[in-house]
Amino acid sequence: MPYLVLDRLTKRFGPWVAVDNMSLTVEKGELVSLLGPSGCGKTTTLQMIAGFLDPSAGRVTLDGADLLARKPNERGLGIVFQSYALFPHMTAAENVAFGLEMRGIPRADRDRMVRDALQLVGLGAFGDRYPRRMSGGQQQRVALARAMVIKPSLLLLDEPLSNLDAKMREEMQIELRRIQRSVGTTMILVTHDQAEAMALSDRVVIMNKGRVEQVAAPQDAYDNPASAFVANFLGRTNLLQGTVRRDGAGRRIDVAGTAWPVAAELPDGPGLLTVRPEKVRFVDGAGVPGLVRARVFQGTQWLFEIRTEAGDLTVIRQHDGQTLPAENEPVMVGWRAEDMRVMAGEA
Amino acid sequence: MTAVDAHKSMMESSDAASKSAPPDRPERRPLAPYLLSLPALALFAVLLLVPLVMTGLLSLNSFGFYTGIEDVWQLGNYIDIVTDDYFHEIFLRTFRIAVVVTLLCAVLGAPEAYILRRMRSPWRGLCLLVVLGPLLISVVSRTLGWALLFGSTGIINTALMAVGLIATPIEFMYTETGVIIALTHVLVPFMVLSVWASLQRLDPQVENAALSLGAKPFTVLRRVVLPQVVPGILSGSIIVFALAASAFATPAIIGGRRLKVAATLAYDEFLNTLNWPLGAAIAILLLLANIVIIVGCNRLVERRYKQVFE
Amino acid sequence: MNRNGPVALVFHMLFLAFLLAPILVVCVVAFTSQGYLSLPTEGLSLRWFKAIGDNPEFARAFRDSLLLGAVSSTIAVAFSVPAALAIARHQFRGREAITALFLSPLMVPHIVLGIAFLRFFTQIGLGGTFAGLVLSHVVIILPFALRLILAASTGMDRSIENAAASLGATSWTTFRRVTLPLILPGVASGWVLAFINSFDEVTMTVFIASPETTTLPVRLFLYIQDNIDPLVAAVSASLIFMTVAAMLVLDRLYGLERLLVGRGQE
Repeated sequence: MPYLVLDRLTKRFGPWVAVDNMSLTVEKGELVSLLGPSGCGKTTTLQMIAGFLDPSAGRVTLDGADLLARKPNERGLGIVFQSYALFPHMTAAENVAFGLEMRGIPRADRDRMVRDALQLVGLGAFGDRYPRRMSGGQQQRVALARAMVIKPSLLLLDEPLSNLDAKMREEMQIELRRIQRSVGTTMILVTHDQAEAMALSDRVVIMNKGRVEQVAAPQDAYDNPASAFVANFLGRTNLLQGTVRRDGAGRRIDVAGTAWPVAAELPDGPGLLTVRPEKVRFVDGAGVPGLVRARVFQGTQWLFEIRTEAGDLTVIRQHDGQTLPAENEPVMVGWRAEDMRVMAGEA
Repeated sequence: MTAVDAHKSMMESSDAASKSAPPDRPERRPLAPYLLSLPALALFAVLLLVPLVMTGLLSLNSFGFYTGIEDVWQLGNYIDIVTDDYFHEIFLRTFRIAVVVTLLCAVLGAPEAYILRRMRSPWRGLCLLVVLGPLLISVVSRTLGWALLFGSTGIINTALMAVGLIATPIEFMYTETGVIIALTHVLVPFMVLSVWASLQRLDPQVENAALSLGAKPFTVLRRVVLPQVVPGILSGSIIVFALAASAFATPAIIGGRRLKVAATLAYDEFLNTLNWPLGAAIAILLLLANIVIIVGCNRLVERRYKQVFE
Repeated sequence: MNRNGPVALVFHMLFLAFLLAPILVVCVVAFTSQGYLSLPTEGLSLRWFKAIGDNPEFARAFRDSLLLGAVSSTIAVAFSVPAALAIARHQFRGREAITALFLSPLMVPHIVLGIAFLRFFTQIGLGGTFAGLVLSHVVIILPFALRLILAASTGMDRSIENAAASLGATSWTTFRRVTLPLILPGVASGWVLAFINSFDEVTMTVFIASPETTTLPVRLFLYIQDNIDPLVAAVSASLIFMTVAAMLVLDRLYGLERLLVGRGQE
C-alpha cells in the first residue's frame, strides 16, 4: 500500500499554473527526488506537502490520512530548508531540541535524543555552538539533525545541498544516503542538480513547467528517457533529426543517409533520434560521415564536436590510449541500435 | 541572506589578502584619501569642534543680571543645576517623558513593523511609505496637527463629547500627556525603521521551520521572531530616547511655556533670560547624556548579541 | 507567506490613522473659508493660501528657506563626494574615526548645535547672517548626503574604474566619465535628502536666525507660539505638499524604501 499519495495536485497563481495535475505515490522508506529546472513546480509541490502553500485542487494523503486537513505545525513532517533556516539565537543543541520541546518531551529524554541526533550527523562536539560560528556544511547537518530528531513520518529536503561547495556536497550526499539507510525515513528531495538526484534517489520525478515528464529509477530514466526534455535534462545528449518510414516488414529511421531499425509503432514522418555522447564511437565501416570541428581534453576523457549532415554531434571518448581523430579530420561515427532512442516529432 | 554572507566572505578574503601582502611594499597613493577628505575635515574642525568647545568654555563662565557674561572660570552653573529643585523637576520630567515615549514607540512600532513585513506587495511598499514618510515632513507641521486635534474645542474632544464618552474636555494642551502623544507620533517611525531593518535580516523560512517542528503561531512569535528582533527594538529605543530627551519644537508647541523640558529650558535661558552660561551648561549636560546613552547602549547591545548576530 | 490576522489588520489601521490624523487635519483645516480654525464645512476656500502671499514675512521666509536649502545642500554634496570616495575606496589610518566624525552631527542634539553656533557666530561676527545659516546647515545635512553617496560608491564595482584606467584614462577623466555618472543617482538623492533636512530644520535654526534672515519653519514656529490660526495651517499644508512632492522626486530617483530603510548602510 502506498505511503504518500499526491492525487491530481494543482497550484495556480492567478493565470499561471505552477503545478498542473500532479499525481505521485511514494512507498514507505523510499527516497524520491523531484528534479527539474527552476520554475518547474518542484518547490511549490514541496511547500504544498509541508502546508506553507494551499493547493488550488487535489489531495495529499500520508499513511491513509488526509494531510491537507492539518495545519503545518500539526503535520509532523521534518523539513530541511535550502537556507537551513536555523534559529540564529539558539545553539545547535537548542535548535535540535526545539521540536522535542514543542512535543512536551521531558528534559532528560530530550537531552539524550539531542545528543544522539547530533552524534548521528557527526556533530557530537558542537552542541554549544551558535549557527553563525559554524561552516555551511555543519549548519546543514544541524538542520538535518533538527528535522530528524522528531522522528518525522516524512522528511522533506528543499535543495539541501545547493549552498555547499562541490567537495562538501559530495560528502553530504554520501552522509545523507547513509543516514537514510540506517534510519529508514521516507524522504522527498527537491533538487535541480541531476547528479545529486541520481546519486541519492530510489526514484526520480522529472518535472517541467508544472507537469511530470517521467517517474523512474535514476538509471532507467537516464537510459530510457520518456521525452526529449528528460533526455536533455539528465546529462548531455545528442538530438538528431531524421525521417521514419516503412522498411519491408519493420520500420526504420533515416539519419544523414544511414538507416537504423526502430520500433514498429512509430508513425511515418519526422523522427527525433537521441544518443548519449559516450555511446557514440568512431567506426571504420558504415556510419554517419562527419568532420571533427573541435576536440577538447578533459582529464579522464576527450570531448569531440562532430559536424554531420543531420546536425552537430557531441562525442565523449575515454582517455585510455586509443588513437583518436585529430581536428579537421573526416570521420565516420556510429552507435549500437540499442543505445539510441527514437521519438516521433521534430526538435 | 546567502548573498550577503557571500559578499561578506568576499570582503573578508580580500582583507586577508591585503594583510598577507609583504609589509615593506610601499602604498601606491597613501595621501589620496586624506586629500579627498581634507575639505570636509577642515569644515568640520572649524564648524563643529570649535563651536562645541566654545560652548563648553562658555558654560564655565558666570552671568550677572547687570554685568552680563563674566570671563571667570568656575563650575557654578553646573552646581546650580545639580542642587536646584527647579532644575531637578524639569530634568526629571524630561526623563519621564522620554521613557514613556520610548516604551510607547516600542509597543506600537515593533508590532507594526512585523505586520508590515507580513503584508504583500504592493500594499507593503505603500504602507511602509505612509509610515516612514512623515519622517521627512517638518516637525512643526506635524506638531501643529496635534495642536489642532488637542484644543478644548479641537477634534478629539469634540468627537469624544459627541459620542458621550466624556462630559468635559480633556486637557491635552500644556500637559505631559499631550507632549507624550505628539512626541510618540513624531518619533515612532524611527522605531518601525529600526525593527524593520532587523526583520529584513530574518530568514523568512525560519518561521516555517518552527511551524514544521510543531510550534503554534504564538510560540513562533515569542520563541523565534521576538528574540531575533530584540536588537532592533533596543537600537530603535536608543534613537527614540535620545531624540525624545532632547526634543524641542514639539514640547515647545504642545507644552508651551508652562511645561518646560530640558531643551525648552535651555532655549529660555538663551533667548529670554539671556543667561548664556547657564544655557550652555544645560546644553553640555544634554550632549553628554546623549553621547553616554547612544555610545554606551550601543556597546552594550553589540556585546550582548555579538555571539548570535555578527 | 503568512497572512496577517484580523487583530493585526485592525491594529495596522489604527496605527495608520494615528500617523496620518494630525497631518491630514492640517491639510484639511487649511482649506477653511472661515476666519477662525475650523473644518471646511462651509465649502473649500483658498483664501488662507492667498493670505500667505499677502504676508511679506512668510513670503520672504519661504524664499530664504528655498535658497538656504539649495545653497547648503550643494555645498554639502560638494564636500561629501570626495570624502565618500576616500572612505569607500581606500583603507587608511583613521578611516573609522573620520567616518564617525562626519556622521557625528546625527548624534548631537540640534538644540546643542543651535547654542554652539549661536555662541560661535556671535564671537566671529556672523551672528544673524545668511552665511551663518548656510554654514550651520551644511554641518547638519552633510551626514545625510554623505551616507547616500557613500552607499552608492561602496556599491559600485571597483573593476569598472580599473577598466577605464587600463584603457588609458587619467584619474580625473575616470572620475568624470565613469565614476561620477555611476554614483550620480546617489549624489542626486543625497542632495534632495539634504535639501529636505535643511528645509525642515527648526530646532537649531531658531537660535541662529534673526528677524531679518529666517526660515519658514522658524517663522511658523514663532508665529504658533503666539497664536494658532488658519494661516499657520495653510503654511504647514504648503510645507507638507512640498515635502510630498520632494518625496515623489526621491522615489523616482532612488526609491524611497531604499532611501529610508537604507539598504546601502555598509
